Amino acid sequence: MSMLESIIESVETEHRKRPFGRVRMIRLTLGALAAAEAESLRFCFAIIAEGSVAEGARLDIDTVRGEGWCADCAASVALTERYAPCPVCGGARLRLTAGDELQLTEIEVE
Amino acid sequence: MCAICGCGGGDHAHSHGVGDHSHALATPPYASSDHSHAPSIEFGAGLAAVHIPGWSPARTIRIERAILSKNDAIAEINRLRLRAADVFALNFVSSPGSGKTSLLVRTITDILSRRPIAVIEGDQQTSLDADRIRRAGAPAVQLNTGNGCHLDAHMVAQSLDELSLIPGSLLFIENVGNLVCPAAFDLGEAHKVVVLSVTEGEDKPFKYPNMFAAADLMLLNKTDLLPHVEFDMQACAEAARRVNPTIDILPVSARTGAGLGAFYDWIEARRLSHSTAPPGIEPLDRRMSP
Repeated sequence: MSMLESIIESVETEHRKRPFGRVRMIRLTLGALAAAEAESLRFCFAIIAEGSVAEGARLDIDTVRGEGWCADCAASVALTERYAPCPVCGGARLRLTAGDELQLTEIEVE
Repeated sequence: MCAICGCGGGDHAHSHGVGDHSHALATPPYASSDHSHAPSIEFGAGLAAVHIPGWSPARTIRIERAILSKNDAIAEINRLRLRAADVFALNFVSSPGSGKTSLLVRTITDILSRRPIAVIEGDQQTSLDADRIRRAGAPAVQLNTGNGCHLDAHMVAQSLDELSLIPGSLLFIENVGNLVCPAAFDLGEAHKVVVLSVTEGEDKPFKYPNMFAAADLMLLNKTDLLPHVEFDMQACAEAARRVNPTIDILPVSARTGAGLGAFYDWIEARRLSHSTAPPGIEPLDRRMSP
């Protein structure tokens, strides 16, 4: 909920900077391992956007798959969980390199 | 030639009205003087007089901003403000019913004479917890989040205005009972402390990894109940270390006071290293946590 409020606040800030009409689309980049679920964002969006400049906008969510760099394999590995050991070698020296994105990418306005 | 119906135009007069057939396009270039078109919507009125289905004058604005950047910016201001006032803040997170408030009440009772303590109490509603804290002798601000499931940095910033920040004091922030959302919201605290009671499952760190990864200390509370419940302390500690290899773990009982001395020592040690560390440098794992 606060994430959506923060998104709409950013859109409103943008609106104050350079006024536009209706917002048609809001695009987010969301990592598969980020602390937010695309489905619940979609579910709550219309309710939160009501009465704001973003009312009626479409929410487009680009999902980024989880990826980590394993120091033992010296390779990039696909990750489906956070804080888990390397799915290839089982080692713990794993650094998340993609999949925790939580970003407002762009908006399309009239 | 009439561009709409393809007839010869000039040599006969006709109407594209209701009785005949109607056109959506009726801009001046197509409507010759002897035609009468019914009023229509001007889709092709743009400069090129064309209409592409699904397209209308719109533009895209690139923003590329982290969604939580605003919270994080306010949290950083809170952190600097607390640091400048020499106040050591801990953010207590847990599921509902783990004994956070009892733990804070006990802690206040035990160490308030040595060190001033203030408390920010987060709940959905009621001021019951703040009342308990005040009865224990510490000033408390109750923050009711309404439908919110966590505290955010802005709420804490407002609470700081309400409290007098005494140099050398501790600030305990009791977050809303929830093991999910509070993990993502930095409040400006020095450390997150996750409280897990032995009446819960020892696999909680696996089920809610974000929270255990974001915390620097796990307190295993209600150890006085261990004889009555099936709770594997070792398995729980291993689970917590799997998601966070550097987490400190202390077994305590807010009811009997067992283990609390070690917790008070932990607070003092961390307070010291926090106030002497160069400002603006946070542990890398906190920066990378969600």
